[in-house]
Amino acid sequence: MTAETLDLTLPSGLTANVLKKGRGAPLVFLHSHLGRAWDDVLDALAERFTVYAPRHPGSENEAELMQLDAFSDLVLYYDDLFGALGIEQPVLVGHSFGGAVAAEYAATFNTKVRKLVLIDSLGLWIDAMPVADINGMADRKIPALLLADASGAAAASLFAMPSDPVAMAKTIVTRVSTRAAVSHFIWPIPDRDLRRRLYRISAPTLVLWGREDRYVPLVYAEEFARGIAGATRRVIDGAGHFPHLEQAAATTQALLEFVGR
Amino acid sequence: MKFIWFHMQGYRELPKDFEDRYESVWVTPPTDELCDPKKVGQYLNWNLDELDYAASLGYDGVGTNEHHQNGYGFPVSPSQTGYYLAKSTKDQAIVILGNTLPLYNPPIRVAEEIAYIDCLSGGRVVSGMPVGSPMDVAHCYGITPTQTRPRYYEAHDLIKQAWTREGPFHFNGKYTKLRNVNVWPKPIQKPHPPIWLAGGGSVETWDFAAEQDYTYSYLSFGGRAAAKPLMDGFWETVDKNGKDTNPYRAGFAQIVFVGETDAEAERLYLQHARYFYKKSLHVAQQFAAVPGYVTQRTLKAAVKRGDGSNPFASAAGIDNVSWKHLVDESKKVIGGSPATVVDQIKDLAKDLRVGNIILLLQLGSMDHELTKYNTRLFAEKVLPHVRDVWDDEWQHHWWPTGAKRPALPASADRVQLRKIG
Repeated sequence: MTAETLDLTLPSGLTANVLKKGRGAPLVFLHSHLGRAWDDVLDALAERFTVYAPRHPGSENEAELMQLDAFSDLVLYYDDLFGALGIEQPVLVGHSFGGAVAAEYAATFNTKVRKLVLIDSLGLWIDAMPVADINGMADRKIPALLLADASGAAAASLFAMPSDPVAMAKTIVTRVSTRAAVSHFIWPIPDRDLRRRLYRISAPTLVLWGREDRYVPLVYAEEFARGIAGATRRVIDGAGHFPHLEQAAATTQALLEFVGR
Repeated sequence: MKFIWFHMQGYRELPKDFEDRYESVWVTPPTDELCDPKKVGQYLNWNLDELDYAASLGYDGVGTNEHHQNGYGFPVSPSQTGYYLAKSTKDQAIVILGNTLPLYNPPIRVAEEIAYIDCLSGGRVVSGMPVGSPMDVAHCYGITPTQTRPRYYEAHDLIKQAWTREGPFHFNGKYTKLRNVNVWPKPIQKPHPPIWLAGGGSVETWDFAAEQDYTYSYLSFGGRAAAKPLMDGFWETVDKNGKDTNPYRAGFAQIVFVGETDAEAERLYLQHARYFYKKSLHVAQQFAAVPGYVTQRTLKAAVKRGDGSNPFASAAGIDNVSWKHLVDESKKVIGGSPATVVDQIKDLAKDLRVGNIILLLQLGSMDHELTKYNTRLFAEKVLPHVRDVWDDEWQHHWWPTGAKRPALPASADRVQLRKIG
């Protein structure tokens, strides 16, 4: 069974596009700057949850970004979206930029999240160990930044480019527009003072990290775990910024152990 | 036609192996390793002397622009140069092309500075209003790429109101909120100094120029052949908006090298062209093409054309390029004897339908003497033959009202050109 696609218009007038699959309690997965994809890990989660994967707002229609100035707007956007989908008390899983959004949501609506998972999450800043300047880096260096194995299967699937010129042009536009929609909230330094709101997160939280993440280094996992009372920390070996792609089995197992089978 | 002697104000002595050792000429070239403040002091003196020299030889305008943190050209604040030129010149238009509006907070600073230069010069300023380069705006000054255009339009609106509305008034923008806008002084030129847009191919800028009835200058180093599809796009947009085809609506930046003969031009200037294309335009792709900096519409058009939609990205990286390639094949550069240059300028004007030529007569590593040589040869042997092009058919509605057509040096006054090289 493939995921079904939902197109919605929210009360704000903003639009949403959501992939949905599975049955059971709701689980929302928020993706990175590389955009929404239906990965194997989502299939595994869909066996036990109803999994929702929204597209980044503003990545399809850039005009919508003018109604979304900051994380506070984004948090309301997702709250509107959850309302429109009839989702209550979701498990919220956020990866990379999606992790920053998930943490902001869980800090704002701190009684509305059943469990929170932050995978190699953006949102904090340590001056002595800065998040890498991904926007100032040549494309050819990006795979080695994001993956433990820059020539592995995960890299090949993440950066695959269709050979058909029309499909290629479409892929380029989608990728650039998704990066633009994410940069909109975090340019040029991905720090909007989330650190001083972390104390509000009351959902049980798992901080899950690829040991070899060179984009958002492992020290950030400790910083999140320090800021969120009772957070569990799990480190995945042999993985960089995308543990759910590079070590799908180990990551899925860690996720399921935490969110409940 | 109008000929504007334009100074990029770049670094003239980047190391021989610069492009191999450093990733980019813009944003990250380490200032402590590469930028010697004493040398910059020398360059700045030369730059202003060269602009003054051009003014003394009858060019219609003198100009500069704004860029930051690079070895390509770093005038930083064009109003500083404009302020100097307002005092040192008498007749010329002072073409500030321009202030990068999204970088000013609050943007009334631009309204004030341009008005200041207009007052000081007796109404001779042109207020260029570019959106800016992604290197400067997104990377050097940290403006969110997707906010660049909204900030630009809001700043433009505020500045124009500050010049034309009775003050004080309030301005409640998204990015700028002011209780009392009431600039001292307003410009001498009424309703305001001519506003010139400048760009690298964003389709929204064409729309804006056509809607607002402004001039548009395409700033590239790619020459007229590469510019043709883009300028055709601009003229189509003008036509769609029901505006006339007055060539003074359009400007074009052009590198020009004049010698006594074609062979002399090649001998004198080829090394400097190579320096410029190889070093000055060594801009890393990630700084030149920033996600969200151009709209999806412009991005799609660029992907369709197969380019990066950035004049810096598309012109750079030519290794040991030949004179023949630059002048004849790609037509990036206009170079040769005065007769050759006259023909090429006329072809350029007609082909792209442009009335304002942003002349690039000083480039990268060119020294002071060679710059003056190029400037003088162009003024004496090219300018008299091309400055009247278009004038029998069209009036320039976008030229500052206080500027006068400067006299060319009388032939009796012409000194023998010193042999160079």
